[in-house]
Amino acid sequence: MILTGHRGPIDGNLRAIAMFLGMFLALAAVGLMQSWSLALAILNLCLISAVMSLGVNIQWGYAGLFNVGIMGFAALGGVTGVLISAAPVTAAWQAGGSGIVIALAISLVVILGAVLVSKRMAAGLRRKLVLSLIIVPGYFLARHYFDPAIEAIEAVEPAKTGYLGGLGLPILFSWIAGGLLAAAVAWVIGKIALGLRSDYLAIATLGISEIIIAILKNEDWLTRGVKNVSGLPRPVPYEVDLQQALWFQDWAARMGASPVEFSSIFVKLNYAGLFATVLLVLLWLSQRALNSPWGRMMRAIRDNELAASAMGKNVTGRHLQVFVLGSAVVGIAGAMLTTLDGQFTPASYQPLRFTFVIWVMVIVGGSGNNWGAVLGGFVIWFFWIEAEPIGLWLMDLFTAGLAEDSGLRRHLLNSAAHMRLMTMGLILLLVLRFSPRGLIPEK
Amino acid sequence: MNGAEDYLIGEHLTGGYGGANILHDCNIGVGRGEIAVIVGPNGAGKSTAMKAVFGMLNLREGSVRLDGKDITGLTPQARVAKGMSFVPQNHNVFTSMSVEENLEMGAFIRRDDFTDTLGQVFDLFPILKEKRRQAAGELSGGQRQQVAVGRALMTKPKVLMLDEPTAGVSPIVMNELFDRIIEVAKSGIAILMVEQNARQALRIADKGYVLVQGRNRYTDTGAALMANPEVRKAFLGG
Amino acid sequence: MDGILNALILLSNFVIVPGIAYGSQLAIGALGVTLVYGILRFSNFAHGDTMAFGTMATVLLTWALQSWGVSISPFPTALLALPFGIICTILVCLAADRWVYRFYRREKAAPVVFLIASIGVMFVLNGLVRFIIGPDDQRFADGERFIMKAREFKRLTHFNEGITIKTSQGLTVVTAAIVVIALFWFLKRSRAGKSMRAFSDNEDLALLSGINPERVVMITWIIAAALATIAGVLYGLDKSFKPFTYFQLLLPIFASAIVGGLGNPLGAIAGGFMIAFSEVTVTYAYKKFLAYALPGDWAPQGLVQLLSTDYKFAVSFVILVLVLLLRPTGIFGGKAV
Ligand SMILES: Nc1ncnc2c1ncn2[C@@H]1O[C@H](COP(=O)(O)OP(=O)(O)O)[C@@H](O)[C@H]1O
Ligand SMILES: [Mg+2]
Repeated sequence: MILTGHRGPIDGNLRAIAMFLGMFLALAAVGLMQSWSLALAILNLCLISAVMSLGVNIQWGYAGLFNVGIMGFAALGGVTGVLISAAPVTAAWQAGGSGIVIALAISLVVILGAVLVSKRMAAGLRRKLVLSLIIVPGYFLARHYFDPAIEAIEAVEPAKTGYLGGLGLPILFSWIAGGLLAAAVAWVIGKIALGLRSDYLAIATLGISEIIIAILKNEDWLTRGVKNVSGLPRPVPYEVDLQQALWFQDWAARMGASPVEFSSIFVKLNYAGLFATVLLVLLWLSQRALNSPWGRMMRAIRDNELAASAMGKNVTGRHLQVFVLGSAVVGIAGAMLTTLDGQFTPASYQPLRFTFVIWVMVIVGGSGNNWGAVLGGFVIWFFWIEAEPIGLWLMDLFTAGLAEDSGLRRHLLNSAAHMRLMTMGLILLLVLRFSPRGLIPEK
Repeated sequence: MNGAEDYLIGEHLTGGYGGANILHDCNIGVGRGEIAVIVGPNGAGKSTAMKAVFGMLNLREGSVRLDGKDITGLTPQARVAKGMSFVPQNHNVFTSMSVEENLEMGAFIRRDDFTDTLGQVFDLFPILKEKRRQAAGELSGGQRQQVAVGRALMTKPKVLMLDEPTAGVSPIVMNELFDRIIEVAKSGIAILMVEQNARQALRIADKGYVLVQGRNRYTDTGAALMANPEVRKAFLGG
Repeated sequence: MDGILNALILLSNFVIVPGIAYGSQLAIGALGVTLVYGILRFSNFAHGDTMAFGTMATVLLTWALQSWGVSISPFPTALLALPFGIICTILVCLAADRWVYRFYRREKAAPVVFLIASIGVMFVLNGLVRFIIGPDDQRFADGERFIMKAREFKRLTHFNEGITIKTSQGLTVVTAAIVVIALFWFLKRSRAGKSMRAFSDNEDLALLSGINPERVVMITWIIAAALATIAGVLYGLDKSFKPFTYFQLLLPIFASAIVGGLGNPLGAIAGGFMIAFSEVTVTYAYKKFLAYALPGDWAPQGLVQLLSTDYKFAVSFVILVLVLLLRPTGIFGGKAV
């Protein structure tokens, strides 16, 4: 079904297949030369990256929306992993749960009131006055309940918990919930920022993502902040359990591997199976959407916004749809990442890694082509990881002539890790210049 | 129309904006001190013909000659240096800059002292001297057109090309502008002009070109075109 | 009465002085962004990393000068190294233009393509900076640290509160004033500056007037590089130099430029101060201020901080969004390309 959705010149298809094959060969090479565990670890992140890049492609490739807030949506999906699967902290709920709920209720009423007023009242000084009479006291009232509640919650065993905890549900639910949360936030942002020119949307989304990360880092009562939540329950077996199971030991023996090594590979394969399923389902849906009348209309709007709006198409409305959908997909990927890591680390969300590298994936893969976005996710993640050993190897080669204890040599070897940023930039610039339609161009 | 070759000539101009051809084998010319006027319905390709002559269009065929020399390959900037000057139909002033700065920018390629020319432009359009410190964007339509023409005159051009210089101005201002343009032509400058107000324009024209769908439909002296009943009926409203 | 005066001194010390310094830094940064936007018509995402690059070059020479024992105390040595940093950055910007942007200019590519290309340049510069100097915090300020210390102020005036003015703050304001005056003189009076304004106003007409676009673009990069380096070095002297922080400055800088109207230099300056003062006032804890200003028993319990400093991005962002919604071309009117 997926393959039939991809109608195009045969040689184009062959080229795409060849490139995917090449990608898997590269992963196999890592398995043979470095280790299979590493190869699978790369594969898993390739799969997650591919989902993210698919989400961005929906926004950029289908509709030409320039979203530089990918990091924020990924983190929203990520935190959902905690909120769904972590055990609830009863003591914290008792200490400050009611305060938080009241404060949230007040905020909700204030926001609804403000929205209602700005919709119903005519613009002017009176509306501004009424609005500030709702918002300013509302803000302080909410803070009045909020601040002591937070303090109480964060005081509950701060070394272990100090936050409200989650719902204690299986973490797989967070994949759906993460998508929904990201979608909801995207809807609000889209309502505000869509319809602005492309550069403005870019800056606005960049800002939103920074704010989301700031919230996740600092609202300890909700996320434990930089103390991180770790040890989230897994959807797949634990290595220690496997190593002790007799059937597994037998199996490992038959495969001629040590149980320890084999268990690690087995767990990663399980993850890979889950992620691949999600990726294939999303890819199938994306292909269906792209080739539906809806997808054709989206591309028509992208290619000529003026003509489309002259023809009575609701451009901003369509953009909102596509922005929400794409962000939801990124949110799903974020939840998958938390699941894989078994923990949520707000400080690890850096714009270069979570926003701009994803952009490189989409551009390199081929904007507007879902298969391209997926391939881009694979290729770029592979380089992101392997740039370091390759860079190190190159540096070693270049500096071989220098003395073993030369300061320059040591500096260059130590700095090889930063080569990956330069590599990303160069790849992006070269593809943009010499193959702007990407590895698998849009038909 | 006969005798010596025109100072500026566009011959067999054929081309468009990348897609289909807009101009088809179009011929235009103007001599020193002459006023040549291009008229025709909206979308006929009048502005396109002007751009073609000024080197702002990729020509598929045809050539442009200035003073007998082929300039088909020159960029617009190079044509400015050769003594051509162009006032486009739209966006023809620097709105955020003062009137005086607009004129200075007109003289950008000149390395000599251009105070003389500035004085001449101010003499031609006294209102500009009065408003020299005001931003061009704040002026009325007629005053803006004067700034635009003034800017183009600052290089002391030998050819002045005007695309609808009287668009959107009142009849009185239009007549005023035409008088100024005649004055400029009398100083020996060749003027190639596109006009919507065909009747009034042909009245002052030495030469007239009626363009329809990118082709020359009629070419004659201004007076002859005015007298031609077919032209009158189809293009001059009877 | 003393209470009110103490409150005002407190406010000057923690809000007004830092606000002016930070506002100047943002303003110079935003000027660079706005000039590039006005001439090249795209939002340069590499500007933060251009600042980082220029600062890095300056820091490296500063260290070298320090190790050679060169000093212009009480001024920081970095001031001596600044021209070198500016020249390095100009070379980098011109190289980026030559190898990256010029191609798209000839293609007449859409602004968003330039933007994506600038992301590529951002990556390369970011990698380069980290490669050369590393990702960590670097201090390079030396010379006299303070123009006025709170203790001296108190001794002189007998108030409870004092005002501290760091050398870096004084330097920032003076430099910013010089830079802004020089830039405006250049744009308003010089032939090249006028041609830049003409090009920014109406590119086609500028071409018809014989203005050479490549020259205008080159001058623009030179100025933008100089502004980026100056902003970066001033910020680094005032706080510290860390590559990632400079990347993050992109948001308040863009916010300043947009709030003032992209492409409008005066607006960029006003925007810089608006963003800086909003950030500082919203994240300042007013407890002590209110304790001075209000009668005795009215003093508040909490910190009276509207937003924690961790949310300072939110301030730029909220102002940005409000301005975009209410006046999409910025408060002072920019280009709506
Ligand atoms: N920049 C352009 N790109 C593509 N087509 C254009 C452009 N400018 C004008 N055209 C087309 O060329 C034709 C002639 O236009 P124009 O020369 O402006 O006519 P006129 O000046 O006689 O009214 C019209 O069909 C118009 O749609
Ligand atoms: Mg026209």
